[in-house]
Amino acid sequence: MTMPDGALAGLKVLDFTHYVSGPYCTKLLADFGADVIKVERPPDGDQARQIGPFPGDAPHPEKSGLFLHLNTNKRSVVIDLKQGDARDIVNRLASWAEVIVENFRPGVADRLGVGFDQIASINPALIYTSISNFGQTGPYRDYRGSEIVFYGMGGEMHSTGLADREPLKLGGNVGLYQAGAVAAVGTMGAVLAGSFRPGDDENLPAGQHIDVSILETQLGSVDRRQSALLAHQYTGELSRRPASGGSGGYPNAVYPCDDGYLQINGSRMYFPRAVALLGHPPELCEPRWQDPAAQGDPAMRDEFESEHFLPWILERNRAEAWQAAQENRVLSGPINTMADLDVDPSFNSRGVFAEKDHPAAGKLRYPGRPFMMAKSPWQLRRTAPLLGQHTAEVLGELGYAESEIAAFIAGDVVRPGSGFPRKRE
Amino acid sequence: MEGLRVLEITVVWAGPYCGSFLADLGAEVIRVESTKAFVPLTRGAAPRLTQSEIDNLPLYSGGTPGRVPGSRPFNRSPMFNSHARNKRSMTVNLLDPGGREIFDRLVSVSDVLIENNPTETMEKLGVSYESLKGVKDDIIMLRMPAYGSTGPYRDYRAHGVHIEGVVGHTMLRGYEDTDPSYNTTVLMSDAAAGAQGAFAVLAALRHRKRTGEGQLVELGQAENVFPFLGEYYLDYRMNGRTHASLGNRHPVALQNCYPCAPAPDNDDRWVVITVYDDDQWHALCDVIGAEGLGADPELADAAARRSRQPEIDAAIAAWTRTRSPQEAMNILQQRGVPAGAVLNQADAFADPHIRDRGFFQEAFQEDCGTHLYPGPLYKMSETPLSIRRGPVMFGQDNEYVYRELLGYTSEEYAAFEAAGHVGTDYVSGV
Repeated sequence: MTMPDGALAGLKVLDFTHYVSGPYCTKLLADFGADVIKVERPPDGDQARQIGPFPGDAPHPEKSGLFLHLNTNKRSVVIDLKQGDARDIVNRLASWAEVIVENFRPGVADRLGVGFDQIASINPALIYTSISNFGQTGPYRDYRGSEIVFYGMGGEMHSTGLADREPLKLGGNVGLYQAGAVAAVGTMGAVLAGSFRPGDDENLPAGQHIDVSILETQLGSVDRRQSALLAHQYTGELSRRPASGGSGGYPNAVYPCDDGYLQINGSRMYFPRAVALLGHPPELCEPRWQDPAAQGDPAMRDEFESEHFLPWILERNRAEAWQAAQENRVLSGPINTMADLDVDPSFNSRGVFAEKDHPAAGKLRYPGRPFMMAKSPWQLRRTAPLLGQHTAEVLGELGYAESEIAAFIAGDVVRPGSGFPRKRE
Repeated sequence: MEGLRVLEITVVWAGPYCGSFLADLGAEVIRVESTKAFVPLTRGAAPRLTQSEIDNLPLYSGGTPGRVPGSRPFNRSPMFNSHARNKRSMTVNLLDPGGREIFDRLVSVSDVLIENNPTETMEKLGVSYESLKGVKDDIIMLRMPAYGSTGPYRDYRAHGVHIEGVVGHTMLRGYEDTDPSYNTTVLMSDAAAGAQGAFAVLAALRHRKRTGEGQLVELGQAENVFPFLGEYYLDYRMNGRTHASLGNRHPVALQNCYPCAPAPDNDDRWVVITVYDDDQWHALCDVIGAEGLGADPELADAAARRSRQPEIDAAIAAWTRTRSPQEAMNILQQRGVPAGAVLNQADAFADPHIRDRGFFQEAFQEDCGTHLYPGPLYKMSETPLSIRRGPVMFGQDNEYVYRELLGYTSEEYAAFEAAGHVGTDYVSGV
């Protein structure tokens, strides 16, 4: 059975990205069918290759879980952009591409000869997306960033965590992933610009530069930040870290149960559902619980939790408590680890995981589709590329003769794949 | 994206945020709302908030202008108005007589429909991909249920905080010395669903452009955010390892959140710092006057520094405690050390870089007046984005949609008004 084309089949993308945010943007494009050529620098390529997890915790540039995850469906070419002889290759790639995505520090792409102005002079219709820490302009343009720096400055970090403790970041690299997703939206918006007005079909979309500041993707995040910023404009107030877990009101927190933890939100307007979940105990049907101030009263919260809610939840396991809560339309969910998620019945029955063999890392099960498209589905057509695996193939497609490719290799302008031996099964 | 028309039957945050990306890009995004249904936490916590309710709500939902409800509090909620710019709103009661015909007429002139309701809610409304396709053959429908329209959790109700528990994020984000019951609520999966939902719509539009066909796109919000944790899943598959939270620390770099001098408004102040490499380490030691640490051969590599972090943290905190976050950030950044002031809302509006970039944009809305709003999330050189229109009020565009777009006569419009389809307020009892 032949698989249908991905939604972005035929979209030609030149990828000058590394680490997390940029590669996640181009992964979204590649996974939905775009032809993504990833340009890596010699000798080691994308720095994500040096970052784990690695099987058995043994570092190996072709076995990084971070790299393998972020670079599915892409091809890799290794080009030394600092060499003058690379210019002709770059020009041909820029003429070939419809989209470029890069996440160098501002100014670096210009120095390497692949900046927006240089590319636009070769291919004026090209969509050029730059992802950077703080944007291509402004006083912090050259400041260094990290996941915690973006969340601390851009996101709601100052109100995340507990009042008597330090502000707290989110898990892993979720802000960098979000920035990559937002960049993919802007990129596709530009690709499709001008497609929807009658008579525009003949007009190629004009090329343009999209400036994505990771900081701004946090400042404009719907995860409490947009609302809190606007609420400050409306009231002059500041959001604060709460005194205890949850977000105020009750029950609205992560609660322990018999075999782990569960988040339950039956607070405020949902409180009657929580009372129903507990079987309408007469004490909770007293009118004082319906006073709007009751949800902000710490003593009443203590009374509710210690006398009614904890005794109920502690004698149930996650699955039982979750199901009972859902039957009463109480918002809820278990606190899972990756081990739980790996065997989750919904994730498994709905085909969220994707398994494929990789020449160095072997057969692995990856996070698969983020969403299902009925006509143009997500596909794992190929696992992440080996470093330079497609250098010769891509140069051939650009019209170079074998002798020219050999000369580029001899001059260290490009590097071919190492022909990493296939892992024995 | 002028010329693209998108309908939204969206609630709370994920769906509306998705629509806001498309609205910012220039699409005509029309919220389809009902005078008979109020979904909590969409246009605020409740339709007719009293002053005492507002006083007891957290800032993001209770922070209406001046902290007063006004006559139409549902047009004044920051949790809605922050993403409702550039959109339109019409009202129709789908299950009332005549409602379906109005809705179908609207679908017939639209390109995309977005919704993020529980699966059973859409079934009750009778809105499915098949029903839409019957009216508009090349329609694109994006559904965003919490866990998908099939499988054991299809009708499970969730907010982002539950989805993040299920997908494994909650476990990775507490303090390193507390269990998850100390976690406060975050809603990162709503942000992920909004962005990737918009990407899904754009991908489907490209497919339609190539082939002429529309399609159904289903985005389960838990599934959608799972790739954001890909390296943790692969560590489990590779090594059988599950992770506890590192708090603010980093797996290999030296990183934490440090106290700064208290501000005049008594709000606590903090700076975050990450030291990835040896150059940054020596610059940091130099800046904070910790020559002893910088010269210590046992701290020459990152792993050693990470293992002695409490001692190093104390030396950093001794330096940050006498400085403002901005001062600490600027000094460290001048030396190439990644550092960021933890910005509260007032700090963010005052920040010179954020101001220089013009991120906040002024917008007017009748029930709120003029304020600065968080603007579009990126800059485009040829098709610049802006807040063209303030946050949309309930039913604000009924006349445009019914009369101009759908061609109903003024008599028909008056009849729809009398029947309760058309309104700028919820009917009494809602």
